Amino acid sequence: MNTPTMKRSPLLLLTTASVCLFMIGPIIVSVMAGLVNNYSRGLSSGLTLRWVWQVWDVYGSTVGASLGLAVACVVCTLVIGVPCAYGLARSRSRAARIFEELLLLPVAIPGLATALALILIYGNFTSLRQSFGFILIGHVIFTLPFMVRTVSAAFQRQDLLAIEEAVRTLGANFTQRFLGVLVPAVLPAIVAGMLMVFTLSIGEFNLTWMLHTPLTRTLPVGLADSYASMRIEVGSAYTLIFLVVIMPALWALQALATLIQKHYGN
Amino acid sequence: MAIEHPISSRSTRIEIAHCAKTYSDGTRGLLPVDLEIEAGEVVALLGPSGCGKTTLLRLLAGLETPDEGSRIVFGGQDVTALPAEKRNIGMVFQSYALFPQMTVEANITYGLKIRGMSAAECSRAAGELIDLVRLNGLEKKRPGELSGGQRQRVALARAVAVKPRVLLLDEPLAALDAKLKESLRDELAELLRRLGITAVHVTHDQQEAMAIADRLAIMEAGRIAQVGRAEDLYRNPAHVFVARFLGRVNTLTRNPDDIAAGIFRLGDHALACPKHLRERETVLLRPEDIVLGAPTEGGAHARVTRRTFLGDRVQWHLALEGSQTLLAETHGYLPYGEGDAVSVDITLDRLLPSKAQDLNP
Amino acid sequence: MTQVASTTHIRMMCMLPAAIFFAACWLLPVAALVALPVAKGWETYFLVLTSSRYLQSLLNTLWLSLATTLVTVILGAAVGIYLARHRFRGRQVLLSLLTAPLAFPGVIIGFFVILIGGRQGGFASLTHSMGLGRITFGYGMLGLFLAYLYFSLPRAIASYTAAAESMDPQLEEAAHVLGATRWQITRDAWWPQLLPTTVACGAIVFATAMGAFGTAFTLSSQFEVLPITIYNEFTNYANFAVAASLSIALGLVTWGVLFLARLLSADANPAQ
Repeated sequence: MNTPTMKRSPLLLLTTASVCLFMIGPIIVSVMAGLVNNYSRGLSSGLTLRWVWQVWDVYGSTVGASLGLAVACVVCTLVIGVPCAYGLARSRSRAARIFEELLLLPVAIPGLATALALILIYGNFTSLRQSFGFILIGHVIFTLPFMVRTVSAAFQRQDLLAIEEAVRTLGANFTQRFLGVLVPAVLPAIVAGMLMVFTLSIGEFNLTWMLHTPLTRTLPVGLADSYASMRIEVGSAYTLIFLVVIMPALWALQALATLIQKHYGN
Repeated sequence: MAIEHPISSRSTRIEIAHCAKTYSDGTRGLLPVDLEIEAGEVVALLGPSGCGKTTLLRLLAGLETPDEGSRIVFGGQDVTALPAEKRNIGMVFQSYALFPQMTVEANITYGLKIRGMSAAECSRAAGELIDLVRLNGLEKKRPGELSGGQRQRVALARAVAVKPRVLLLDEPLAALDAKLKESLRDELAELLRRLGITAVHVTHDQQEAMAIADRLAIMEAGRIAQVGRAEDLYRNPAHVFVARFLGRVNTLTRNPDDIAAGIFRLGDHALACPKHLRERETVLLRPEDIVLGAPTEGGAHARVTRRTFLGDRVQWHLALEGSQTLLAETHGYLPYGEGDAVSVDITLDRLLPSKAQDLNP
Repeated sequence: MTQVASTTHIRMMCMLPAAIFFAACWLLPVAALVALPVAKGWETYFLVLTSSRYLQSLLNTLWLSLATTLVTVILGAAVGIYLARHRFRGRQVLLSLLTAPLAFPGVIIGFFVILIGGRQGGFASLTHSMGLGRITFGYGMLGLFLAYLYFSLPRAIASYTAAAESMDPQLEEAAHVLGATRWQITRDAWWPQLLPTTVACGAIVFATAMGAFGTAFTLSSQFEVLPITIYNEFTNYANFAVAASLSIALGLVTWGVLFLARLLSADANPAQ
């Protein structure tokens, strides 16, 4: 939408360029810092992979933990959230509206508070407290509203309502129409929700830091640990691993999501 | 194409007893109504927006829950508590609600598939139905590639494929333009007759209702005003609302002196009031029952204030003495134009009675 | 019973797992959390207002979040408008890069600030080589602000790019033809159209900034924000009740802002 009648605004261009530099610069610096021998001396100290291997030794398990947790979180929000989204989309009662509002609260309330609350009530069940399950609960609480909101909006489309009624009059019971008609119709929204949940879970720190134990560390938790206690190069290398492993995974998922949406969208 | 329709006569009698619907926000969509529909009959629910016709249809479908005390019976079976999917009905929606990703054939056989019919049988049934609604050659197309009229036929075929005992149609022709509506109207009427299925048809278009249905149920503000054959309702409306809804009507009020004298005034003309209308304060007159003639021919004197040519008929707006106005309709040619003086006469036995108020509770 | 119960029944069953999970894992714990300060006396709830230290922390957080929101919205709008209007090769890649930090945990962003503005940071080395000594900005309010800006901008850029793409160009052309200056066009054509996005985006940015923990945690900033205070109370002083009270305060403010934003946008779009 180039508007030739409008003068090119140099201010906008300058602002955009500065912001781009501001956002992308640190990423480049961080990548560089993880690959040099000595950060203070910079590139002149030579490139090396030893920090990366060191990180992998100490913190390698956190990568798998985070990825696994994110996948589990997606599965849980799917199973719990999609039917809930349907129920909310079709309900007209006040109780449903109140429930919907309540569901959004964990997003508004800082993760710290939610974590404190969980520890308060369930902290004494040691086996739960020390498992990844505890962290999973926190992640699901935080990401469920996103899934429910996204999918519920899709279920409320007018044409979908008409199709659902038509399918009912044709004799389909609930399972037949939910799995056969409704879910395929909102698949783009479900996929968008899954992507959101996955992204949020991978990067979640506020809740996870409070809920973790030395044996149940995720990637962000490991990162914080390394920043506090290790050399700057190690921290950078760890960041590099995050960028190299997680980001491509996210981009791949995004591309997959766009593909599915194009195929299923009308 | 004379093909034996694939639906055997499983026509069912419908009984609606004391059926009402109050919504959760308090609005009364339907006041308690009673209606009986014979097996194989087509009944049209006709009325303006908000009259409750769609509400009643959805109650019949099982898509809405009626209030306590309501009863709906299909062929002797009380279906009031049955959900939509168990009532064995067919429904054609206003927006057609076709599955956008499925072909015409898949859409039509959807109901059969979920009932467990084999692919071969589905195919055979689809073939018959496609012949029935004349969609040959379009089996593999998607709804997005079809015209409005074609989509309507797919919706119809899909609804009747499952051999429902009752067919419900929710303004099936509303989404079509005027010319298409008329041709599809006749097709739909013919089809319903051939299928012999009990059908309830909701519309706000009186022409459509009169063309398709055996009987009409005129509804207003949640009530059924009158039920009957179109011609009966037209000639003998029970309420002013019904008279006004079916066609146009002139309202002639009589002042107490005239009532006492047993006459009613048509402009400067006094006419003897028919016996059965002696006591009425208001009488109704259809535009087509007014006779126009030259000013010298007797009858009331009037002046033409507007003349509208409508093709098969001409509409006249007439001004009479005593600031009375009339709407008249004639067929054929009459040599009068705007501003001309004419004489107005009426056929006395075509006068209709009316209550002063509509639809008393 | 003439009620056709199955549909309501089905709806309830659909929502039940979520309701149970939510009640057990959030409602109950948070209710317990809210009730906790009572044990130490009712005045504990108002600690954030009565104690100068906590009040200062809250004000710090508010001030920081407001500043972040303001600058983010302006910069985000500028970039969004620019990107919506200029199509060039690599635009999609640039957009992905700019919005990628949405996936970063806050700690990484704190680390970026340390990398560049810390003691060993590039900036310090630069000033050192210029003979000004090692100047660090990472550990004070400026460092924290830059970090908060960093994690807020991606959201704003994403929102504004989408909104700017659906802006009506004819409004702007009409103003231009009528002789409006750049500034007037910004005020009268752009601003009203971007207002809904600004309200929604601003609310989320503010809420996120208020509750941000990881970034401040990594920076161990001298500028103390409320989430850090809460964390300290809980971990270092085992002051569960105080931590609870402060969390409630923080939660109320954040929720209040989001609620307000939703009301404002609902006013503008009554159909939704």
